[in-house]
Amino acid sequence: MSSKTLGYILKRILLAILTVWVVITVTFFATRMIPGGPFIGEKAISPAAQASLEAKYGLDKPVFEQYVTYLKGVVFDFDFGPSLKQRGRMVIDIIADGMKVSAKLGVIAACSAAVVGIVLGSIAALRRNKLIDKIIMVVTTACVSMPTFIMGSLMLILFSLKLGWLPANGDSQGGLVLPIIALALYPMAYITRLTRSSMLDVLGQDYIRTARAKGVPKWKIIFGHALKNSLIPVITYFGPMLAYIVTGSLVVEKIFAVPGIGRAFVNSITGRDYTLVMGTTIVLAVLIVVMNLVSDILYKVVDPRINLE
Amino acid sequence: MEKKKIKMPSFHTDLDAFIPATDAEKEYIVQMRPSSTFFKDGVKRLLKNKIATASLLVMVIIILASILIPMFWPYSYEAQLGNQPGKPVDASYNNLAPFEYGATEQKRIEAGEKVFPHIFGTDAAGRDYFIRVVYGTRISLAVGLFASIIVLIIGMTIGSIAGYCGGKVDLFIMRIVDIIYSLPDMLMVILLSVVLKIALTDVIAGTVLEKIGVNIISLFIVFGLLYWVSMSRLIRGQILSLREQEYVLASKATGAKAGWVIRKHLMPNCISVIIISTALQIPSAIFTESYLSFLGLGVNAPMPSLGSLASDALNGIHSYPYRLVIPAIVISLIVLSLNLLGDGLRDAFDPKLNG
Repeated sequence: MSSKTLGYILKRILLAILTVWVVITVTFFATRMIPGGPFIGEKAISPAAQASLEAKYGLDKPVFEQYVTYLKGVVFDFDFGPSLKQRGRMVIDIIADGMKVSAKLGVIAACSAAVVGIVLGSIAALRRNKLIDKIIMVVTTACVSMPTFIMGSLMLILFSLKLGWLPANGDSQGGLVLPIIALALYPMAYITRLTRSSMLDVLGQDYIRTARAKGVPKWKIIFGHALKNSLIPVITYFGPMLAYIVTGSLVVEKIFAVPGIGRAFVNSITGRDYTLVMGTTIVLAVLIVVMNLVSDILYKVVDPRINLE
Repeated sequence: MEKKKIKMPSFHTDLDAFIPATDAEKEYIVQMRPSSTFFKDGVKRLLKNKIATASLLVMVIIILASILIPMFWPYSYEAQLGNQPGKPVDASYNNLAPFEYGATEQKRIEAGEKVFPHIFGTDAAGRDYFIRVVYGTRISLAVGLFASIIVLIIGMTIGSIAGYCGGKVDLFIMRIVDIIYSLPDMLMVILLSVVLKIALTDVIAGTVLEKIGVNIISLFIVFGLLYWVSMSRLIRGQILSLREQEYVLASKATGAKAGWVIRKHLMPNCISVIIISTALQIPSAIFTESYLSFLGLGVNAPMPSLGSLASDALNGIHSYPYRLVIPAIVISLIVLSLNLLGDGLRDAFDPKLNG
């Protein structure tokens, strides 16, 4: 690894840290705009509870001091305070509970989107302008232009209400199948298109022609030369894909009643559970920023030809 | 002997070569075809693109329908048909299936009167669903357009400042752009919408803005805060590369002032990029608005938007799935045709991208 690459990675990490700090700061000051403050809101709480909250988060102290306390709590103890609506529960516990389900949902959706997308994209590129290529392109175009919540709702109507194949409730047996598909379709379509165009680009390169001229078997060209190189741009999509899956899971979990972090977040918005909104925003934002960082760094490390500027 | 005038080779400009052509000379110039402007060229190229033309047609139909239909439709989007003043609420108007009528309407039909049909039935509060979809389309389109214009204005201003000034100003602006760019936008949009909704309610109470609704205002603010970055990056990049072009140098060398260079050289070359990215911003804004409406952060009731209609329909999805399907189709149609149209515009108006 050259010093230039290291410098880039360092710069990228710094930017990521700065971004996380901005997220926390924006979240903190944004929720301070709420009358009564995020820890109290418009809810009447007992004087004792209020006193202990005020003591812990220093709500009577100047805003800057509160900010430092909050920042320290978030960074060192993952302390986002207690939930306003779910009595006696800490925000971080609710997030951890929801994460168990959501992580499963998200990881399976991301993996299946990547695998199916790469396979379909390669097929489309290798069979360029044939019928199968056209079908794949039409279907993926449709998938890309349909918002997730619409995709999810339509699938709910079709597969569980009309056909009765799969349960509508995400909590039941096999209930995660539909949410996973709903979540995976958009990134799958995107990866398909990305793989197709980059594969077409690679197939036109001189080294592919050289390999062919040497008499290398076709499968070896496809897997050894073309696929490997055409996957590089796909790596850059991993970060945005995660961001997409995180935001998509908010609505998908609402539609299918999946007891994950997304549903908790949506409920906290409508239920005005500000501390939960803050905590979830920060956790998910950190997740996305880290994933973007990893995919960016991976991209530069994998392909040494890429100009670092 | 007549002295022949010999023209000596000279570096002095021969002024005779610059005399305007006489009418007689002009006659000789054969016009092969009428001269075409950049705009005409682009439109011609756009209309050759079948997909883009079809999308344009779909958009024109949707826009015209959303403007014209509310003008003559006998029902309004907010009137609860079963809830006439001075009478008890008539529940028979709620949740009508398509082409069904409420109790009093049924009587009027039996009496030989003609009653305008409820094409998509009514919703749970007895409001004509067709006009709600039409009105929701209008609102979604308007929100998308205004949000894009806000993004355009802010992005253009900041982007061109960064591009023109260069140096430290550019560096500073671009660092801010970098940070905002790496923020998870959707999460920030949701957070800010939640907070602004509460914080703004008292501020705008009693003003004209209240009519638009606090959620829409906060959506615009959030768009203005977050989404200008890609636009400003684009415009900065354009200006940076354009001002190094030879024709700008040539123009400056012949004594053109800054204003002239901007108006005659930089703006016309930026404009196609600006139009295209604005066109592509609209569907993304509509997308975001419908997403937020779906989470309950969109337009204020009783005002409908396509997203809030879909969200409301989710409650009665077992009995009335068509109420979700209809706005879903409209959103997908709008987003798809605007995206395809934007692609078509890019192909038609940005010859440099054609390769």
